[in-house]
Amino acid sequence: MNISAILQSSQRAFPVGAPILELDSISLRFGGVKALTNISFNVLEHEVRAIIGPNGAGKSSMLNVINGVYVPQEGSITLRGERLAGMKPTDAAKLGIARTFQNIALFKGMSVLDNIMAGRNLRMHASFLEVALQLPRARREEAESREAVEEIIEFLEIEHIRKTPVSRLPYGLQKRVELGRALAAEPKILLLDEPMAGMNIEEKQDMCRFILDVNDHYGTTIVLIEHDMGVVMDISDRVVVLDYGKKIGDGTPEEVRSDQNVIDAYLGVPH
Amino acid sequence: MFYREAGQFRTSYAQDSQIFPLRQDRVGIIIMLIAAVMLPFVANSYWLSAILIPWLVLSLVALGQNILMGYAGQLSLGSAGFMAVGAFACYNLILRIDGIPFVVAVALSGVCAALVGIVFGLPSLRIRGLYLAVATLASQFFIVWALDKFGWFKNYDPAGVITAQPIVMFGHNFATPREKYWVVLAIVAVLALLAKNMARGSIGRGWMAVRDMDVAAEVMGFSLLRTKLQAFAISSFYCGVGGALFAFAYLQTVEPSAFGIDLSFRILFMVIIGGLGTIMGSFLGAGFILLMPIFLNIFFHTVFGKSVDATITSALEQVIFGVMIIMFLIFEPLGLARLWQLTKERLRLWPFKH
Repeated sequence: MNISAILQSSQRAFPVGAPILELDSISLRFGGVKALTNISFNVLEHEVRAIIGPNGAGKSSMLNVINGVYVPQEGSITLRGERLAGMKPTDAAKLGIARTFQNIALFKGMSVLDNIMAGRNLRMHASFLEVALQLPRARREEAESREAVEEIIEFLEIEHIRKTPVSRLPYGLQKRVELGRALAAEPKILLLDEPMAGMNIEEKQDMCRFILDVNDHYGTTIVLIEHDMGVVMDISDRVVVLDYGKKIGDGTPEEVRSDQNVIDAYLGVPH
Repeated sequence: MFYREAGQFRTSYAQDSQIFPLRQDRVGIIIMLIAAVMLPFVANSYWLSAILIPWLVLSLVALGQNILMGYAGQLSLGSAGFMAVGAFACYNLILRIDGIPFVVAVALSGVCAALVGIVFGLPSLRIRGLYLAVATLASQFFIVWALDKFGWFKNYDPAGVITAQPIVMFGHNFATPREKYWVVLAIVAVLALLAKNMARGSIGRGWMAVRDMDVAAEVMGFSLLRTKLQAFAISSFYCGVGGALFAFAYLQTVEPSAFGIDLSFRILFMVIIGGLGTIMGSFLGAGFILLMPIFLNIFFHTVFGKSVDATITSALEQVIFGVMIIMFLIFEPLGLARLWQLTKERLRLWPFKH
């Protein structure tokens, strides 16, 4: 029995529910370049949703639209039935959308602990005066956040490096810290941009385990971009396939795998 | 041998995140503070008013510059301008408000500088790096020009200078160098402690997040506008307080051009040599830039005396000072604070290497 079969079974702590995020006819252009054309799909609560496609298909642009880095010219984004218009990245963060980046975007001058603590900034409300004078609220928030962060550190098995500056860590661990930083915000939806790029097989296995555990323990809805087809087929519930900014497939991994359009896009069409 | 953490266990997160987790550090800082308070009983008034007071004051300004440049990553060349705002604000507050205690006047001049800092920090939302540094030059030149141009700031003094009023608090006039030193020491120590608290808490993490990766910081919910302007405001507050103390405890008679671009550059060097993004580095850097030329001067006087022409020795001093700066930047680009940190790490293991 492979992992996806386990996922489909009823043993999940958070069974897949109603749509949490709906994207309707999204089009995004940069000048004359059409990055995304008329793309619609939805994400169900607690599911693992993969976005795949060849290079330049518009996958990262899609994530950037979801968390407000890019504002699409057409189409609408609906989160839990509420339409989001002209959203900025900070708004998305406040609505419970966290993300990691394709090229690691950690805070290089800070320790692992500080990086993950920074992920909790929206839950820390003490003003600069309270922090400077170490008034009770600042101290309490700091201790509470530290406790939550330590839970994540334990979960990701990075206790031994908690006080190491992130710039000294190897690539695989940096990716893990970045996941931790996103988790620290206790997001409802987690966007992962190629979480396994450039990893060896063991690191990939670890990362898959962490992603599935996040989904299982916290019920976090996960949207991920990945190139490793084995990984995508194993861990995702449903897959969207993009090619040249258009949606060419959508369904369970099995459906997508046998879809002729998808096979053509990946393997090329004989002329 | 004496600098070991063995046997010191932390059993709560609050203990782990306290300001000096090591007992030896706590003892060290207390001894240093006691020594600093007792110093006037040993040092003569030349040392106090010509070396220690300016060192403390410039450390405070360097600390302000470090908050902006080292922690928040916003390159600025306007620190002397903000000092000028602080100095002239303090003069006018004491002049125009009867019986205002000196500390209150100093704090309010810091607030004035902070407000000016926010205005001149606005370009940081659009431009960064060297371009921002050029934009902050505007504050440097505009502030000094405005203070020169409008007589009101100087109470229409015909010579265009201000003379600092006596430092009066709690009905006491702090007139002697010793008393002034204590006032400066108290203000600098408290503000350094507050800066350390901000730097190691959520506020400092926000600054560093914006410095290291602003896109990621924004995606995580940090408001770039708020974080950057907050850094500008707090940095300018420190510069403003430093400027007020510079005028009242050190210079006494001040003209706007005392806060020129060369002072801004000296403060910038202090921060770079001391160590970007460290509180300790601000004090070490200010000490180095301010004291090293004095020590070199004394050294050359005692070694060569009158046997060599004074112009040659003074030129030589400058050359050696310049070479030392270059050597430092080559061998320890992270500054004196990093050197101090490495020493502490070696000390932990001493006499072993690993």
